[in-house]
Amino acid sequence: MPEDDTQPSGSGPSPELEPKLQCRNLWKVYGAQPESWFRDPKALNDPAALASRMREKNLIPAAVDVNFDVAQGEIFVIMGLSGSGKSTVLRCLSRLVEPTFGEVLLDGEDLLRKSARELIEIRRHKMGMVFQNFGLMPHLNVIENVTFPLTLQGMPEKERRKRVENVISLVGLEGREDSYPHQLSGGQQQRVGIARSLAVEPELWLLDEPFSALDPMIRRQMQDEFLHIQSTLKKSIIFITHDFLEALRIADRIMLMRDGMVVQIGRPVDLITNPADSYVAEFTRDVPLVRVMTAADALAPGATQQPSAGQPEVAATATLEDLLPQLAGRYDALAVRKGDRIIGQVTPESLIDALAKRTAAHGAAMDEDGSETAKDSA
Amino acid sequence: MKGIRQLASGGPAWGALIAATLVLLVLREAAPWMIRFPEGWTVPLTPWLNSGMNWVISVFGTYFQAFSDLLSVLMRWIRDGINSLPWAVIVSLVVFVAYVVSGWRLAIFSFAAMFYMVLIGFWTEAMNSLALVALSVPLAVVIGFFTGTLGFANDRADRIIRPTMDMMQTIPAFAYLLPILLLFGFGPVVGLIASLLYAVPPMVRNTTLGLRNVDAEIIEAGRMAGATNSQLFWRVRVPSAMRQILLGVNQTTMAAFSMVIIASIIGGTADIGWEVLKSIRRALFGESLLLGLVIALMAMVMDRLTAQIAARDTSGPEGLVGGARPRTLWLSALVLAVAVAALAQVLPFLREYPAAWEFYPADQLNAGIEYVVTEFAATINYIKQVAFFFVMLPVKVGFEQTITPFSWGFAFTDTLKTGYGVLVLALAALSWWRGSWRRAALVMFFGIMLFVGISGMPWPTLIAMATLLAYQTGGRRLALGMAAGLGFLLLAGVWEEAMLSLYLCGLAVLICLLVGGALGILAAESDAVSVALRPFNDALQTMPLFVILIPFVMIFKIGEFTALLAIIAYAIVPSIRYTEHGIRSVSKEVIEAATASGCTPWQLLWRVKLPLAAPVILLGLNQTIMYAIAMLVIAALVGTSDLGQRVYIGLGDGDFGVGIVAGVGMAIIAMLADRMTQAMGGDRM
Repeated sequence: MPEDDTQPSGSGPSPELEPKLQCRNLWKVYGAQPESWFRDPKALNDPAALASRMREKNLIPAAVDVNFDVAQGEIFVIMGLSGSGKSTVLRCLSRLVEPTFGEVLLDGEDLLRKSARELIEIRRHKMGMVFQNFGLMPHLNVIENVTFPLTLQGMPEKERRKRVENVISLVGLEGREDSYPHQLSGGQQQRVGIARSLAVEPELWLLDEPFSALDPMIRRQMQDEFLHIQSTLKKSIIFITHDFLEALRIADRIMLMRDGMVVQIGRPVDLITNPADSYVAEFTRDVPLVRVMTAADALAPGATQQPSAGQPEVAATATLEDLLPQLAGRYDALAVRKGDRIIGQVTPESLIDALAKRTAAHGAAMDEDGSETAKDSA
Repeated sequence: MKGIRQLASGGPAWGALIAATLVLLVLREAAPWMIRFPEGWTVPLTPWLNSGMNWVISVFGTYFQAFSDLLSVLMRWIRDGINSLPWAVIVSLVVFVAYVVSGWRLAIFSFAAMFYMVLIGFWTEAMNSLALVALSVPLAVVIGFFTGTLGFANDRADRIIRPTMDMMQTIPAFAYLLPILLLFGFGPVVGLIASLLYAVPPMVRNTTLGLRNVDAEIIEAGRMAGATNSQLFWRVRVPSAMRQILLGVNQTTMAAFSMVIIASIIGGTADIGWEVLKSIRRALFGESLLLGLVIALMAMVMDRLTAQIAARDTSGPEGLVGGARPRTLWLSALVLAVAVAALAQVLPFLREYPAAWEFYPADQLNAGIEYVVTEFAATINYIKQVAFFFVMLPVKVGFEQTITPFSWGFAFTDTLKTGYGVLVLALAALSWWRGSWRRAALVMFFGIMLFVGISGMPWPTLIAMATLLAYQTGGRRLALGMAAGLGFLLLAGVWEEAMLSLYLCGLAVLICLLVGGALGILAAESDAVSVALRPFNDALQTMPLFVILIPFVMIFKIGEFTALLAIIAYAIVPSIRYTEHGIRSVSKEVIEAATASGCTPWQLLWRVKLPLAAPVILLGLNQTIMYAIAMLVIAALVGTSDLGQRVYIGLGDGDFGVGIVAGVGMAIIAMLADRMTQAMGGDRM
């Protein structure tokens, strides 16, 4: 299983901490009496087979045996084409969609066992969600929209105002407090959506394609601001997108889905350099490797541990793109520093080597799967 | 089964039916029952219904009476309340509201409209009508909102509510005035209950629709914000649906008002509708015009005010002039009312408008109309004659009875008849030869129908053809509905009246489609035409139905031609609007693509715009038919002999059975026409 061998490694958050959110064997099946399919525990051993049997009976398995953990402060991105089940999974986590089977543990407590009342409390204090088309209340102005979750809790108006002043300035909406949604641009509307989701000071932050409805220029700007906000707030985030470049910019880890199933979970670079199958490879094919691979991925074999005199140093997390100008004629080798130690060096040869190897791996994954599909159709 | 379907979908079935029609027509001397359904074969529905009604009254009468008394008390309070206020207070409050929701223009218009009522001295009558509306609208809104919410929340309830609402709106108003009269007794309360029944459906529909159409993300956002179920409903769903709900309030207000006016036909209400009706009946046209204008103005003010409130909603309070807060507004309204009331104590003319200052130019108007009618008597008569002899009579009783030396200037000799037959056959053959059996069947059908008239067609084949058509457009269910509906008309003994309704309605719809379609096309092509037509369309649509009769009765007097014109005037509006809207909504890209491939403007219209706009135009046809049927009953006031007249007779004689059978008959025609046009639209979309 691809997701097993690509558990957080290297740059991922420290594994000692208990995950903020754990999703275990999560299923969502639409159709008549989906529960009956889960009575036989043996059937769950082969989820793919179970899902295809359901499809034969005209049921729609939208999420099939989904497993993943989200660590404290991690940005976990779910990707996939439309209809791949990513929105369903996200909505199962907050029970906007009621899962058919499985467990969702928030701080170790199973959300699926919570009563309606408890769930409302959890939504009021622990979760925030941002929607693709903003989901703003048309009859409320900016400040009323942002304070809406607090209003529902019955918080007095003075306290509410104090709480939201912060988030309003965090998302840069000062001066627009009295505007109505229809008077704002798309980017501004989504700022309101973000502010609203942050007003309750949630621990778990869910974002459903938050920037997909925006123009490319605005989208990039919003991504920057999103990263800036996260750098100060350190929320645990689940972020849905279908734009791989967006995922690349923000993700700690990415989960790729197809037909309701998890295809691969890993760091962005893992997905590119070590795709689980042709679907993943196809998804990542247009990504420039030099922007994703880092100095740590291109170390020269058997290089010295100590920098020679005058040899420049680069951080292990620097992208190859950053190294290129320095290696292009000026230096023969760059020392790579991780924390307080030098872990090796990058040379022009090692860089080209690394790129070539990854490109080959990528091509192989696509070929291999290509031949499989050819077999299928034969 | 497949064989039957093939037969039904092809020409042979039509050919057989047309041949059968011809055979029946040849045999009609020998078997007259094929044209006129024998009375002995009908089911005596009317006495059954009457005895049923008597039973209901004897058993439940007291409860209804109690309810009626309760409403009467409420109504008297409101009426007295309004009447005790000086007119200046009410006028200034209305003007204030108009200013707040819209601005100066509506405020000035409202002032002019309200002051007109004072000026001509019919303030009290207008306020009596207003009192009815003021009670029935809030009731209808509350009932409609909760019924609509029930329909939204519960699918099973919705499946019951929906057809019930259809029924309540398609059964002509006059038909249920009588049962209300019998159950609740005489008096203004009848108008109140009738207007409640008529005004609830739009509120129900809009509420269900609005609640249902709230964006899923907004609901999810509300749930993620931690809303409980009741918070989700009252603070997220209802406010988000508010625009649609307020649109419902607007439609409900208009329906309530129009019904209040119609209900005054039973009298004893001392309201403005009664005054208009009285003057129409006494042929006092100046008075009818002046008083009809009061109704029209009231309708327009109510419509603009409620429509503005609905339009304003989503833009939030900043849409209000001055951006004032609601509390401030209520307070200002109160202060204004008190101030004006105080002023009225000092200046008595603000309380009771002095009779000496009234301006009621009815006599002058009468003289003017008299002059016009006598001056242009020849022209008016000519128009009437032409329409009557060359259009209406042929459809009604056919060429064979219409063409006489007296009407057409020559007799319909056997030679001419043969010539006509050959012409029709030739046209049909030509259509057939060009590959369209549908058109051939159509030519044959209309050829026969114009010869014997719609009332001379044999009912067995007419029903068979309608059923076949229903089967082809909408499948088995529609065919069954068609056969059952027409069967009811036949067995209930109202077939002849139904055919006459069909004749008036069909003719009106056809003319609406042609004229309205042409106007719609013009309006779509030219902004100037569109702008010029808009106020007429608006006025015709907001006008309570029988005000529309007034100008036509004035000029053309009583008769079917006047009825036809009134029906057209009312039903043409959707034809114009939907045609314009349909053509204007054709995508720009398609038009550019067509222009780029070398379409002339004419080709563009006929080959691109009209075909693409067809579904919308068909929707307009549907609305046109519904409007025409609604107007049919009102048109009975000016002398027709169709179902509408039966409804009216039933009301006049206090004969519940007669009125309700005819009313249900009209509802059946309306619903069948509705389903048929919808099925045709479904084909195309």
